[in-house]
Amino acid sequence: MSYQIPKFRHPDLPVNELGYTKADYEGSISTLCAGCGHDSISGAIVRACHELSLEPHKIAKMSGIGCSSKSPAYFLGNSHGFNSVHGRMPSVVTGAAMANRDLMYLGISGDGDTAAIGMGQFAHVVRRSLNMVYIVMNNGVYGLTKGQDSATADKGSASKKGDPNLFNSIDLCSMALQLGATFVARSFSGDKAQLVPLIKAAMTHRGFALIDVVSPCVTFNNNPGSTKSYEYVREHAEATGSIDFVPIMQEITTSYHAGTTQEVTMHDGSVICLHKVSESLDPFDRRSAMVALEDHRSDGSILTGLIYMDKNAHDLHEMLETSQRPLNELEEADLCPGNRMLVNINASLR
Amino acid sequence: MKPITSVNDFVIKFANVNGTGSASANNLFAKALFRMGLPVCPKNIFPSNIQGLPTWYEVRVSEKGYLGRRGGVDIALSVNPQSMAQDIQDVEPGGYFIFDNTKPLDLRLLRDDVNIIGLPLTRICNEQYEDPRQRQLFKNVIYVGALAALLDMDFKVLTGLVADQFKGKEKLVLPNIHALEMGHQYAKANFDCPLSIRVQTSDKVGDKILLDGNTALGLGAIYGGATVVAWYPITPSTSVVDAFEKYAKRVRIDPGTGRHNYAIVQAEDELSAIGMVIGASWNGARSFTATSGPGLSLMSEFLGLAYFAEIPTVLFDVQRAGPSTGMPTRTQQSDVLSAAYASHGDTKHVLLFPSTPKECFDFGALSFDLAERLQTPILLMTDLDLGMNDNMSEPLVWDDEREYDRGKVLTADDLDNMERFGRYQDVDGDAIPYRTYPGTHPHKGAFFTRGSSRDVFATYTERGEEYEDNMLRLMAKWETIKEYVPGPEIVACGMDTDDAVLYFGTSEESSREAVDYLVEDGIHLDAMRIKSFPFNKEVEDFLDQHKRVFVIEQNRDAQLRTLLMAEFELGPDKLKSVLCFDGTPISARNIRKQIVQMVSGHNVMPLHQQQTASGAGE
Repeated sequence: MSYQIPKFRHPDLPVNELGYTKADYEGSISTLCAGCGHDSISGAIVRACHELSLEPHKIAKMSGIGCSSKSPAYFLGNSHGFNSVHGRMPSVVTGAAMANRDLMYLGISGDGDTAAIGMGQFAHVVRRSLNMVYIVMNNGVYGLTKGQDSATADKGSASKKGDPNLFNSIDLCSMALQLGATFVARSFSGDKAQLVPLIKAAMTHRGFALIDVVSPCVTFNNNPGSTKSYEYVREHAEATGSIDFVPIMQEITTSYHAGTTQEVTMHDGSVICLHKVSESLDPFDRRSAMVALEDHRSDGSILTGLIYMDKNAHDLHEMLETSQRPLNELEEADLCPGNRMLVNINASLR
Repeated sequence: MKPITSVNDFVIKFANVNGTGSASANNLFAKALFRMGLPVCPKNIFPSNIQGLPTWYEVRVSEKGYLGRRGGVDIALSVNPQSMAQDIQDVEPGGYFIFDNTKPLDLRLLRDDVNIIGLPLTRICNEQYEDPRQRQLFKNVIYVGALAALLDMDFKVLTGLVADQFKGKEKLVLPNIHALEMGHQYAKANFDCPLSIRVQTSDKVGDKILLDGNTALGLGAIYGGATVVAWYPITPSTSVVDAFEKYAKRVRIDPGTGRHNYAIVQAEDELSAIGMVIGASWNGARSFTATSGPGLSLMSEFLGLAYFAEIPTVLFDVQRAGPSTGMPTRTQQSDVLSAAYASHGDTKHVLLFPSTPKECFDFGALSFDLAERLQTPILLMTDLDLGMNDNMSEPLVWDDEREYDRGKVLTADDLDNMERFGRYQDVDGDAIPYRTYPGTHPHKGAFFTRGSSRDVFATYTERGEEYEDNMLRLMAKWETIKEYVPGPEIVACGMDTDDAVLYFGTSEESSREAVDYLVEDGIHLDAMRIKSFPFNKEVEDFLDQHKRVFVIEQNRDAQLRTLLMAEFELGPDKLKSVLCFDGTPISARNIRKQIVQMVSGHNVMPLHQQQTASGAGE
């Protein structure tokens, strides 16, 4: 059952540039387990959208099947959502994005939905550089079917059932990089301070943006022995650095130590300030990003933060040279050549 | 031996090696006859191979205008030693076997009831051309030139066609005409031309055109306003998207900006292709995919989503011989059941069955109106025979006054002026609900599209009654759909008869011809061509009016018959199957034979017996 969140709100809730409070970006009450990491990610999405002053109805929420894919019902209630078929969200969002380039496409998926049944579609949506934000709520386990290992579960990691996983895990960030993703980040559902600016940066990025968010499953995979538990991730996460997101037209006021901070202007004119912690990673160099991911993997730590960004990315619409006016707004006059052309075609076929 | 004597009525079959350029020469031959005013029916029977395997091209000429496959071969022209033994066997007694006699014919193959004509094609080419590719290509053109003499074709028509064909590549015109002339002269000098089978100029073509169904479908999608095309390459559907792209490049690119008013995405598989179509349609664009049997199987899960979530979806299925990979370059009508009930759970889909290129165009464009009006998948079922062969067709026409039917879509104003929007609410009593495109209104009209059960306001529910209400509304919508889909075409035989034939798609021409032949056998049949599923009232009435109906189809399991039995709850006695599933188009002779075998005693007596009988009664 889904319930509507009560409409009553404190009259002094802060409003954004559009006059919306955070409540205007919320959805139905979550039916996920209490303490689920996914709910924290939903909260981060609400905050990011509110702070970016996005019009909720200009966002399309796309998902597949699974606990993660249910969560779009729990944020952005004024946005259209599409809970499609298991592992096939990438194709549905590709079609939707081709139809209307003016909306923002927010894909929500899980580790089963992306790294197992949906692996093929995930690979190809990355490859096509679709302009979208793709968030994986990654808990290493199949929740709705009660606790089977997923393809991102680390080798040797044990879920609540107790048997260590026998197989190598799939690292979605490494894979996305290899396939040409132009924005790759990893975060942790328990670290909103990192996650919210990452979501904002991803939403401002033009091209394919992946955020792989480790999101512990409190019911089936939060036990000792699991590498996707709250405790394990807190102990093993290592941030590439932190980022601030500065919206377009806003003055950058905070000052940082020279040499460790880099300002990046996004396509819409907003700026992200990147404060580096890791010396070994240059997030604008794909090779450096790949090496950093591999290094952390081999020493058993989890690299989080912005891992890679291509500042000059091109998206599928640019590659296909589609019209600036969304295709779903074109009418007969734009689309139908009329009978005169048929007369000529008929003549050529005699 | 009595040679077959015939003017403007015969079947010629070319036997070639795949990848040698034979199809274009054979097409030149067929088109030349068409330009002489003769109804022709060319059929390319090709292997799943790029080079080296046997391939055939059959051309039927029929002054009477029969455009289906007749059956039998009057003239075989074989330049392929691999298939020669079979090719000569296929010739009707009294027919002609024309072959490349550079190497003498194996004496064991000789038949004394067939006329043998040898053309030294390889020798002529070896003498004329140095380049091996030229030797191969011009061999085909030379035999077309020889046929022109043997069959008394208008040589000027052939040279005119060559000039048209190579427009823009003028330096190819003269060498081709030269090759035609060499063949022509050789035949003139060595044989009594024309043969007993020949042609003469006629006027039976009118304003008709020669076009393949896939090109017509691609054009239909252009005219129907499709903007997002998602597909995965599969024979025999690939040329649908090729055609769409060809014409889109002509008419859908803004001359000022160079921007495209369309997007074609080649997907990684058919699951993805249909997913993209559903995503685009959900977002208010007209979108389609083209596929064949294996692709349809892969798309099944998504089709269930589109049915249940009520998303307009257009799918063109160019059927081929299954199951599994089957015979991928041969024709069948064998996806009927898997399309009609595609996906798990209780699903039913709208099917359209075009039978000519003109109908491919018309139904292709209509699919988008129907999909948006009815908010459900529309599966247009054509086949390899119609899709990949040039078919003589009525010319294509578009009514410039026509407007797209975009169905029930609410605008921001509509939303402001209504109390509460219920995505799955039957407001008008036709069981078709209203939808909204994403991005329409800041705080009204948004809903969560899902394949799981929900109430009329699109809110998730597991309440059995609400689920059931929704499923029943979908059944009510199914009734509404019957009013929108094209009704059948009925041809009454003009006699009082309890018997009828029923056919669809590419069985039409052969069936009509067989019905004519059957009159000679004393069998009179009313005829109905089904154009769509669900079957509407006219189909039901026709079945009610006849005691026995022969259902003609090109598959093993009588799939349309099964569908009719299931939908109308008919017993097995009423519907009799006439089937062909060897991968070649069903022929008139085959249909006639099967029906004659099933009819025990004739339903109408031959004329002279009738007179005697009535005389006795007086």
